[in-house]
Amino acid sequence: MNDTPQNPEPAVEGAAIPNAVIERRKRRSSQLIWLIPTIALIIGLSLIARTWMEKGPVITISFKSGDGIEAGKTKIKYKDVQIGLVRSVTIAKDRSSVLVTADIAKDAEGFLKADTRFWVVRPRISGSSISGLGTLTAGSYIGMDVGSSSEDRNSFVGLEAPPAVTLDEAGRQFVLHADDVGSLSTGSPIFYRHLQVGEVLSVELDKDGENVLLRVFIRSPYDRFVRNRTLFWHASGIDFSLNADGFKVNTESLLSIMMGGIAFQTPEDADDAPQAEAGRHFMLFSTKTEALRRLDSIVENYRLVFRESVRGLTVGAPVDLRGLTVGEVTRITGELDPATRQVAMAVNIRFYPERIKTRPRAGKTTPSSPGIGSRELLDGMVKQGVRAQLRSGNLLTGQQFIALDYFPDAAPARINWRSLPPELPTVIGMMGQFQQSLMKIVLKLEQLPLQELTTDTRKAVQSLDATLQSADKLLQNLDANLVPETRKLFEEARNALDSANRTLGTVRQAMATDGPLQLDLRDTLRELGRAAAALRQLGTYLEQHPEALLKGKQEDRR
Amino acid sequence: MGWPGVSAASRGLCSCLVCGLVSRLDDDRRDAHCPRCGARLHFRRPDSLQRCWALVIASYILYLPANLMTMMETGTLISYRTDTIMSGVIHLWENDNQGIAVIVFVASILVPLFKLLVLTLLLISVRRGSTWKIRTRVQLYRVVELVGRWSMLDIFVMTILAALVQIQSMATVKAGPAAVAFGAVVVLTMFAAQVFDPRLMWDPVRKEKPL
Repeated sequence: MNDTPQNPEPAVEGAAIPNAVIERRKRRSSQLIWLIPTIALIIGLSLIARTWMEKGPVITISFKSGDGIEAGKTKIKYKDVQIGLVRSVTIAKDRSSVLVTADIAKDAEGFLKADTRFWVVRPRISGSSISGLGTLTAGSYIGMDVGSSSEDRNSFVGLEAPPAVTLDEAGRQFVLHADDVGSLSTGSPIFYRHLQVGEVLSVELDKDGENVLLRVFIRSPYDRFVRNRTLFWHASGIDFSLNADGFKVNTESLLSIMMGGIAFQTPEDADDAPQAEAGRHFMLFSTKTEALRRLDSIVENYRLVFRESVRGLTVGAPVDLRGLTVGEVTRITGELDPATRQVAMAVNIRFYPERIKTRPRAGKTTPSSPGIGSRELLDGMVKQGVRAQLRSGNLLTGQQFIALDYFPDAAPARINWRSLPPELPTVIGMMGQFQQSLMKIVLKLEQLPLQELTTDTRKAVQSLDATLQSADKLLQNLDANLVPETRKLFEEARNALDSANRTLGTVRQAMATDGPLQLDLRDTLRELGRAAAALRQLGTYLEQHPEALLKGKQEDRR
Repeated sequence: MGWPGVSAASRGLCSCLVCGLVSRLDDDRRDAHCPRCGARLHFRRPDSLQRCWALVIASYILYLPANLMTMMETGTLISYRTDTIMSGVIHLWENDNQGIAVIVFVASILVPLFKLLVLTLLLISVRRGSTWKIRTRVQLYRVVELVGRWSMLDIFVMTILAALVQIQSMATVKAGPAAVAFGAVVVLTMFAAQVFDPRLMWDPVRKEKPL
């Protein structure tokens, strides 16, 4: 810069050092260099912004076990498209479950609803299907089913098994109440006219454990066949039933034999019923016949108290009115009557009064078929001697049923309407009667003076023994004395018979047609005939000519 | 700190950075050229600090995505993984390739960071006119210049793998967005080291001890 002559080293300044060439060129602005960090900043910021925007929510899912889940490897897939990745797998603080933390893609944020479900997809072989084979090579992944709730959520409880039906599938869910789950399980098919239209989603007990609740899914468009009065029944496998009607075997399709199943149908007269809304509760009957039988809209509960054994009576046994099933047994319990300190068997029945139709009286028009109320009906029936009785329906199996029948001789009784449910009067059953009379016999037998009888009998036997001994002696005597005599007698008799035989032979000879006796006899008879004719002639002649007796026969004067 | 001689600039002399010819330059004009090779002549690189700062800042900015984002995507029939540089190092270490892990870690993480920090240190010290440990700083600068290109190791590996391993569904290797950022960091730091004029480091010494 300061090119001054006071430089201490003038040797450097020589003519040998050339001057720099000055070329005027247009110069770029030195500020341009700042474009580079600016661009870098823009790129960096955009990358950060993109990752930040792409960074979706973090969710936690709890599973019972972490089988097949690996941090950083296991994916979360929806419709087989990856939407997330497991970040970590930890054990919950209470050690009851495994907590899976996962990153979800930003655009899948909307899938995280309160009812979104997650499950681990593993190779799985069930009765009806084999699934998840792809996971054998690629490892397990977490499947997902997006819910429809409006509520968002970030922590979920994972399912242990994949759901049978995903939520986005069109159709409707219903709830079935059953006494018994039978062979049904999650995934069991639902048939409508033998066509598979749905599946069982879950099987669980209700709160008090009395019923089994089955969540079922009917696929669209078949769900419109489910109406408010649709009947569902077990179409499970092979149905053996043993009741008062005898022994029955029912089978459905092969799949349902393996898997169990449910069938449904709407009765013809209920076809106009409105379509059932989703989530509606239905009864699940055990058989089709049972389901179709229960079309009665009026169901009344009554209570019967028996003081005899109800062995052979089962829940579901029919209540029979002269061969017509008018109800069924719903519950059988033993009750201790505090007053008499006796255990009575309380049987609850379901009664369908509609099945007894009252005939409309002349002049009176009754619009409804039951006509009079069932209370009046039953009161009247009881007044006329209707009682409930236990009867044996099937002697082979010992099944019993309840018969309502007329017992005009029964002691007067009334229905106890105050108890809940109302109590119908009962009479002792046929088996009971039989048992009672048997008991009476036994009692009488017990009252017999068996001891004395035994002594007497022994005495009698002793004397009988003596008698028999003397009889024996007598027989020996007879044998010794009488038998030879008898033999002789027999020999003589045989001789006599022989001679008689011979005589008879002679007689037969004599009596033969061509025998001499016969010939002689015939001649004699002929002579005798002639003699008789002559005698008749003589008689006739004498009648006409009595004088001939005196004068003798006149020569033919005529 | 004793110092022999005076600066060439103070005598109006300037050496060509390309061919090494010393020529006389009356004043620090921006349009001076080497009379032998025609390269531009400066007493000191114009805007050296400014440009270096710009490049270093840009490198800092890109260093973050280079390390945080996916460097390499490897997919095989049974697995699929995405690696950042650090996760790749950890993966190598866990798979008993400690040696390679150390090399990758040093070449891809430590060295770029070291370069950036050294350049920053140099820039700050020059800006402040510091003479503190000037020899060490000059050594550092030489190391930075020397080692710069070796940081591309990761990029080389990536490039080779991505080119070789493409068996469609069986196995694929793809470079992620971090590869670009990382490459940019390496290149920018190299430029920054080049743009930085080490002669500037000595100017404060002369000012401290005016001859």
